[in-house]
Amino acid sequence: MTINVLMPALSPTMEQGKLAKWLKNEGDEIKAGDVIAEIETDKATMEVEAVDEGVLARILVPGGTENVAVNTPIAVIAGEGEDASAVQAPTAPVTPPSAPQAEAGEAPATQLAAAAEAAAPAPKPVSVATPPAVSAAPEVPAGTTMIPMTMREALRDAMAEEMRRDPNVFVMGEEVGEYQGAYKVTQGLLQEFGPMRVRDTPITEYGFAGIGVGAAFAGLRPIVEFMTFNFSMQAIDHIVNSAAKTLYMSGGQIHSPIVFRGPNGAAARVGAQHSQDYAAWYSQVPGLIVISPSNASDAKGLLKAAIRNNNPVIFLENEILYGKTSEVPALEDFVLPIGKARIARPGTDVTLVSFSIGMTYALAAAEELAKDGIEAEVIDLRTLRPMDAATIVESVKKTGRCVSIEEGWSQCGVGAEIAARLQQEAFDWLDAPIARVTGKDVPMPYAANLEKLALPSVAEVVAAAKAVLYR
Amino acid sequence: MANAGDGVDAAHTVPDFTREEELHALREMLLIRRFEEKAGQLYGMGVIAGFCHLYIGQEAVVVGVKMAAREGDQFTTSYRDHGHMLASGMEARGVMAELAGKRGGYSKGKGGSMHMFSHEKAFYGGHGIVGAPAPIGAGVAFANAYRGDGKVSITFFGEGAANQGQVYETFNMAALWKLPVLFIVENNRYAMGTSLARAAAQGDFAMRGAAFGIPGRQIDGMDVRNVKAATAEALDWCRSGKGPYLLEIQTYRYRGHSMSDPAKYRSKEEVQRMREEHDPIEQVRLRLLAAGVAEDELKKIDATVRKIVAEAADFAMSDKEPEPSELYTDVLA
Repeated sequence: MTINVLMPALSPTMEQGKLAKWLKNEGDEIKAGDVIAEIETDKATMEVEAVDEGVLARILVPGGTENVAVNTPIAVIAGEGEDASAVQAPTAPVTPPSAPQAEAGEAPATQLAAAAEAAAPAPKPVSVATPPAVSAAPEVPAGTTMIPMTMREALRDAMAEEMRRDPNVFVMGEEVGEYQGAYKVTQGLLQEFGPMRVRDTPITEYGFAGIGVGAAFAGLRPIVEFMTFNFSMQAIDHIVNSAAKTLYMSGGQIHSPIVFRGPNGAAARVGAQHSQDYAAWYSQVPGLIVISPSNASDAKGLLKAAIRNNNPVIFLENEILYGKTSEVPALEDFVLPIGKARIARPGTDVTLVSFSIGMTYALAAAEELAKDGIEAEVIDLRTLRPMDAATIVESVKKTGRCVSIEEGWSQCGVGAEIAARLQQEAFDWLDAPIARVTGKDVPMPYAANLEKLALPSVAEVVAAAKAVLYR
Repeated sequence: MANAGDGVDAAHTVPDFTREEELHALREMLLIRRFEEKAGQLYGMGVIAGFCHLYIGQEAVVVGVKMAAREGDQFTTSYRDHGHMLASGMEARGVMAELAGKRGGYSKGKGGSMHMFSHEKAFYGGHGIVGAPAPIGAGVAFANAYRGDGKVSITFFGEGAANQGQVYETFNMAALWKLPVLFIVENNRYAMGTSLARAAAQGDFAMRGAAFGIPGRQIDGMDVRNVKAATAEALDWCRSGKGPYLLEIQTYRYRGHSMSDPAKYRSKEEVQRMREEHDPIEQVRLRLLAAGVAEDELKKIDATVRKIVAEAADFAMSDKEPEPSELYTDVLA
């Protein structure tokens, strides 16, 4: 009996990776536990160990192949007594047992097959679930050259550029230096800027958040990375009590020019304690600026703005978006204004408002709605505090209807704030109650099907839009 | 364990002060004492409200530390902070006006007793959260190390705060990164109403940094000479690049934790004994008299200090409240 060796997933959000090299050759005998290959993702290099015993009969995906989708057969092991030379490659790719994050992360089967065809040239980096047609930020001058880049790279470039520009800027956090970032966002920074400015910390969020705030009081400009914002709850005292309030409590004397950044919200299959969205929590606090970008361009321009800002900034990233590629303007110094929403897709019939990964649902829903002749206007908030209510109000004056979309919980959520502002500022223009599509009111479950149910979906956004349109 | 003033740390002899140093220490401690007495009075009159934590009894700690510090060394402390501000050179009128919530206060009336700062005097608060001065002071030290400017950040917290988790997170990083920070535990023996015997499994706070390799020393903080000498040694250590140092300075507060605390957790006799036998100001006064300084000269110092405090109180009472428009200023830079 032959056994297919499948491309393994190295992390909850991995969809594809590079088969860097084979450490065994066809015909080699393999024992369970042998390292047979090395795999690289944009986050890490990992070894693939054999689980089964036998002879490595066929290598299906040669070393050096990029973008090999998870679960693609990469080799075949022949069992004892089998004729390894007679072993054929499987004709069809193996179907993944489940597809969590269906909207956000479905691996196209054609790609699996392409990878299995081995020596074929590596396909162009395909961004899985590429957000449909994101329009560039209005701040980008027409005719600017655009470069495709992942959000991870854009964030790294933003930090590196600001560190080159201002010697007071430094990065601290868990695994930001030698490990190159738990999610590889700080990749290369230690090599360029050295350990004084790229400071690995022990796993003590409360302590290093406070140290960051003290350094900011004394005039440095720290970028404090939380491995995820879930761990910022350990540090929320210093974020709120020390960073956010001190300018006020000091009568304007002591500034806290500090950025707290890291992935926020649900990743994939990491359960309740690692999947919380803190957008609403931090948005409530005066003295903080809260930014949550949805694409690489906004991520770069807004992180640079955040680092230059003299206030504490909460910069909420998203693990699933880290690997997504979008166009970033090739400008020497691309800085976006804080507090300005972006109309990602113009429309006339209903306003969809979201931010961060919520934009994935909103834009996909707008595509769906267009098929039914409904033109949705999609607004990407980009900054949550201060919230650009004027842009939402102007849109609703045109459409008369609004749906907010966020992965966080509904009670006192970002959508609740949008609804409150609209009923105050655009009541006379509303033709329907405001609808909210949010994460369900439960801790995040682990099971793939339940997790999918707990998160918003494109279908829910489409249904909400139709409901406010009475269609 | 020994009580404050009972001669702990006998290995170190108490160094003498020059007459100028004695006079300086007396004046600085008297300023804090008179200021706090006045603040207590104004609290009773309703001029000062909210939480107000008086430093009476502990004056030798901050005055001795300040005498050992160099120009540019920074102070950070928690909410029993009026003495630290005055010792830092902040003006009494600005501090008192802040206690009264007036526009002439250091924070324009928006911070209050527990939240005052002065960039100019390198005073980084004034923090209302127990334990917060540890990492914030270490962060200030991080900036010193980053710039290599030779400054030492001196951060104060109480023996109650010394049980907070963030203090140990900070000890670890400060030692790991050899930050120039002097941690000072002002052990006044009561965390609000909880005596240290009821709160600390191990009451020798100088040992609390040992697990991180931070040297520590326990000293009598009722004798300002002792505080200055120990602080000077500790600052030398920090400034020479060896990393943090921990000083447990044993002291005593005469008043309650805050104005609303009747202090029923300790006996009147205990307080009385400390005041009579160990008062930090009286110790200096008696030494000066014994050295032949005229009583009149000391009275003159007291009178000068009383005048500063009276003027501060007048200013605090006559100054206006902040403009209503100030409600919305200084939220964001």
